[in-house]
Amino acid sequence: MTVHGVAMSDIAKLESDLLAAVSAAKDETALEAVRVGALGKSGSISALLKTLGSMTPDERKEKGPAINGLKDRVGAAIATARETLASAALNARLASETVDVTLPLRDTPAEIGRVHPISQVIDELTAIFSDMGFAVAEGPDIETDDYNFTKLNFPEGHPAREMHDTFYFPQKSDGSRLLLRTHTSPVQVRTMLSQKPPIRVICPGRTYRSDSDQTHTPMFHQVEGLVIDKTSHLGHLKWILEEFCKAFFEVDSVKMRFRPSFFPFTEPSMEVDIQCRRDKGEIRFGEGNDWLEILGCGMVHPNVLRNCGLDPEEYQGFAWGMGIDRIAMLKYGMNDLRAFFEADVRWLNHYGFRPLDFPTLAGGLSS
Amino acid sequence: MKFTLSWLKDHFDTVASLDEIVDKLTMIGLEVEHVEDKSAQLKPFVIASVISAEKHPNADRLRVCMVDIGQVAKGEKPIQVVCGAPNARTGMKSVFSPAGTFIPGKNITLTVGNIRGVESHGMLCSEAELMLSEDHDGIIDLPADAPVGTPYVDYAGAAEPVIEINLTPNRSDCTSVNGIARDLGATLIGDYRENAPKRIEGKFPCPVKVTLDFGATHPLCPAFGLRLVRGVKNGPSPEWLQKRLTAIGLRPINALVDITNYMTFDRGRPLHVFDAKKVKGHLTVRRAENGETLLALDGKTYTLDTAMCVIADEKGVESLAGIMGGEESGCDENTTDVLIESALWDPFNIAQTGRKLGINTDARYRFERGVDPNFMVPGLELATAMVMDLCGGEPSEILVAGDPTPKELVIDYPVSELERLVGIKLSQTETRRTLERLGFFAAGQGERMKVAVPSWRPDVHGRADIVEELVRIAGVDKVPSTPFPRGANARKPVLTTIQGRTRKAKRALAARGMTEAVTWSFVSKREAELFGGGKPELALANPIAAELSDMRPSLLAGLIASAQKNADRGYPDVALFEVGQIFKGDKPEDQFIAATGLRRALAKASGAGRHWSGKASPVDVFDAKADAFAVLAGAGAPVQALQIVPGAPAWFHPGRSGTIQIGPQNVIGHFGELHPSLLAALKVDGPLAGFEVILDNIPVAKAKPTRAKPLLELSAFQPVERDFAFVVESKVKAADVVRAAQNVDKKLIVGVTVFDVYEGTGIEPGKKSVAIAVTIQPRDKTMTDAEIEALAGKIVAEVSKRTGGVLRG
Repeated sequence: MTVHGVAMSDIAKLESDLLAAVSAAKDETALEAVRVGALGKSGSISALLKTLGSMTPDERKEKGPAINGLKDRVGAAIATARETLASAALNARLASETVDVTLPLRDTPAEIGRVHPISQVIDELTAIFSDMGFAVAEGPDIETDDYNFTKLNFPEGHPAREMHDTFYFPQKSDGSRLLLRTHTSPVQVRTMLSQKPPIRVICPGRTYRSDSDQTHTPMFHQVEGLVIDKTSHLGHLKWILEEFCKAFFEVDSVKMRFRPSFFPFTEPSMEVDIQCRRDKGEIRFGEGNDWLEILGCGMVHPNVLRNCGLDPEEYQGFAWGMGIDRIAMLKYGMNDLRAFFEADVRWLNHYGFRPLDFPTLAGGLSS
Repeated sequence: MKFTLSWLKDHFDTVASLDEIVDKLTMIGLEVEHVEDKSAQLKPFVIASVISAEKHPNADRLRVCMVDIGQVAKGEKPIQVVCGAPNARTGMKSVFSPAGTFIPGKNITLTVGNIRGVESHGMLCSEAELMLSEDHDGIIDLPADAPVGTPYVDYAGAAEPVIEINLTPNRSDCTSVNGIARDLGATLIGDYRENAPKRIEGKFPCPVKVTLDFGATHPLCPAFGLRLVRGVKNGPSPEWLQKRLTAIGLRPINALVDITNYMTFDRGRPLHVFDAKKVKGHLTVRRAENGETLLALDGKTYTLDTAMCVIADEKGVESLAGIMGGEESGCDENTTDVLIESALWDPFNIAQTGRKLGINTDARYRFERGVDPNFMVPGLELATAMVMDLCGGEPSEILVAGDPTPKELVIDYPVSELERLVGIKLSQTETRRTLERLGFFAAGQGERMKVAVPSWRPDVHGRADIVEELVRIAGVDKVPSTPFPRGANARKPVLTTIQGRTRKAKRALAARGMTEAVTWSFVSKREAELFGGGKPELALANPIAAELSDMRPSLLAGLIASAQKNADRGYPDVALFEVGQIFKGDKPEDQFIAATGLRRALAKASGAGRHWSGKASPVDVFDAKADAFAVLAGAGAPVQALQIVPGAPAWFHPGRSGTIQIGPQNVIGHFGELHPSLLAALKVDGPLAGFEVILDNIPVAKAKPTRAKPLLELSAFQPVERDFAFVVESKVKAADVVRAAQNVDKKLIVGVTVFDVYEGTGIEPGKKSVAIAVTIQPRDKTMTDAEIEALAGKIVAEVSKRTGGVLRG
């Protein structure tokens, strides 16, 4: 066979040989060798293409398309094979990278952390009362006898003082002795002394009495409210407390019972019971025939106004107070006050709140 | 304050049911705490006749009794009961309960028993077993005429409902059944019956004189009434009286003593009776002398002082005024001449003395609240009548020392006051009727009334008190709930700066996986001292327990103890925090709000305990630092301006702790690993890392006129990052390297981070390599290589100048 004498049958055979070699190539290196052997500078197809120039026109007319067709088909086969091999290689690599996606994650810190129920309830109270125009006032835990008792119309030696088991500090050289506040009412005194009416504040904080059992701890939390202006009366107080109870206990309506009672700093004074139903240790509010005492309240005593520099003929107002820990227990169903202060992470984890569950009236206090 | 329904009805005519009465009492401020109605439970306990009581064949101390509860007359057999009571005897009347009865005093239900071979079909009972008294000396021994077959409670009157009122300390008038009836009468569910005492003519002058002798000191006895009744015969009081006293938990003693107790509860008028024959000479009411003693009626001897008031005769102290009488001059069954005392005492002094000596008596309870001065003499008349009625005798005239007459109080009451304070109106008629039924005297027409306050209402001083009387009788439920407008003020934040910081600090720490604890504000003295506290002025005079004695100087003490308790319960990896008050002194400005956190063992912020994703490492100083900075950022501190100085107070690890400050004058907090000696002193295990931030010490940001944020300028040019590694002395602080680099050009250099710190092979001993990445942000144009190189050269020079660092080759 001469150079000019390449037979059509040889072209066909070369094609079938090359296509077989392409499909036999196991990886990209082998495929590249086939490509170089066929289409490289001295490849078999390249050699054939070089012969075209020396052919007679007739011969070229016959064999030209055959050789060029051979080049295109083999080239295409190599390209296809390359893609297939690349994809297989990627799949193999990805398969080798497989991990066990069922492995458990660490919990997000914000899901683990807890805010104490007392803090949460103070935030709830603040949300409700700030909506009614109340500011939040605070004062020191260590108080004078004057602010804790005398200015609040507890006469010296009056049995009402004995209702408060007071913690005292040592007597000072001038005969006075400081104490741990037995209620947050001294904050009301401080507010009235430092601020001109109209006054609307709530005073949450720590309070202390020398008492310890399932429902009493030597330290506990109270929130008190105070309104002083020229027109606010008992009817307004009832409304505020009803609104508060509905919002706090998250019920549509709730019956409340106001019973006359006695506190030295209010006159008239009342204790307030809230309607409830007790069901196997659970308390439901806004239904049932039982009453549960939740707070004390009344119109600010004229003597207290006078002691705080306000004329009781010009100014009037009301105050109320309740246990934060107690209303937290009632709402969230804890049964032992002492556990609030034991820092047992099991209890805190169960009764505490997630940091991002911030109580708002818009988003729900406890949702 | 306890009383029975029939007792109330002595003073109160009503057709109202028990429930109505109880409800009304509560709604006028006499809160009914408890209504005890034993009748249902005690129905099966019937009066029985013991036909025979023979010795048990197999037991010396037991008797076999044959009992009749009325069935024998119907031809049935007596019931056989084995009884261990020493007083069981043939022919006695007692109380029997058949098998199947619940015995309240023993909390068991009786069954038919076999006791040492003899069947027993029930039980003969003591008072204790019925829970009628504490008496369990023997079975109830009833008079021969007790009706067999009748329930014992009906016979004894013990079945009557006993109402217990939780009396508020202002209502001294309601320490008596009479006073409660008067209050109820104002509600119109019945009518109060006054039962005014009659005057009893004395047959002879009272032979014992009384002197009130307080010298120049404050008098403790405004008035003292005394009367002798001679020729009395003292003994057990009649059954009706005994039943009433028993029903309210008092123990009948003898007629004279029972009369004083009855007067105390019926009229709120405590009295004292002396056996006149045991009193020597005349009586003096005076202050006790220091060290004087009295053997009181409770059998105890009290040592008295000059702050206390006593009644003495020529021998010495016979009675502790207004609180308790003396044993020596007490009345017993041999008393024939009795001196009855009805006096007034200084309420404050009575409270003080009672508290000091630890004596609580029904007399003290009333005198310290204030008794009706106008009833001092009528009370004595009433007691005399009772004595003569129950014990006979001949009364002397009444001797009164001092003057019991109180100052009359008339209140100028504007009718509009009720509407002003309460929001309701009452008619003239209704106002007047309520006040008069309560014993006030109301005069005047129209807007202004004059209201005279009765002598038994020491709690009523002014208009507000009158308002209270009117509203509690009208019913607080009649006051309409009135919407309370928010007001026209703009809505503003209601929290103070410190409250806002407190709230944010809590959420910030909880968001780092920490759990909020609320621990006691007090710690032990030792704990206080370990954390820089322990000042004497912060130690409670009367702590509830030794380990809760001092106000806490730091929240760490409570958190460390809590962490250890959790570890002891099996939860070693805990991260706790608290935001609360600490005390540096006893003035209001010495109280600070601290945010404090503590991590224990493996409680890292990235997750507590072991996990497949990485090796568990113990908590360290950087966990504490990160927590502290979370608080600072959350609370709005100027984090860029904060300096970190190595070292912290003694309770921290000296080499692994830091102080956060803005200049040495304003320390904001500390962080670090806790000192091993502290852990040893507190007997707790570590590792522990913690921090304390004083929220009050964070400077307040200047108020801005607008809430708009500073204009954001976005550069059009690519930032360039250059790395440098400096070899510095080991003691050189990384922060100084960073600051030196940063300060080279505050405009172009927008970030410097430390990405490697290395000590070891390749670095000279005593030195370390600190590698920083500096981000350069071109502002106006792209920087040329030459410009960047020039800046890099300045950085190297500045770091070298400030820290002695050499660029690592």
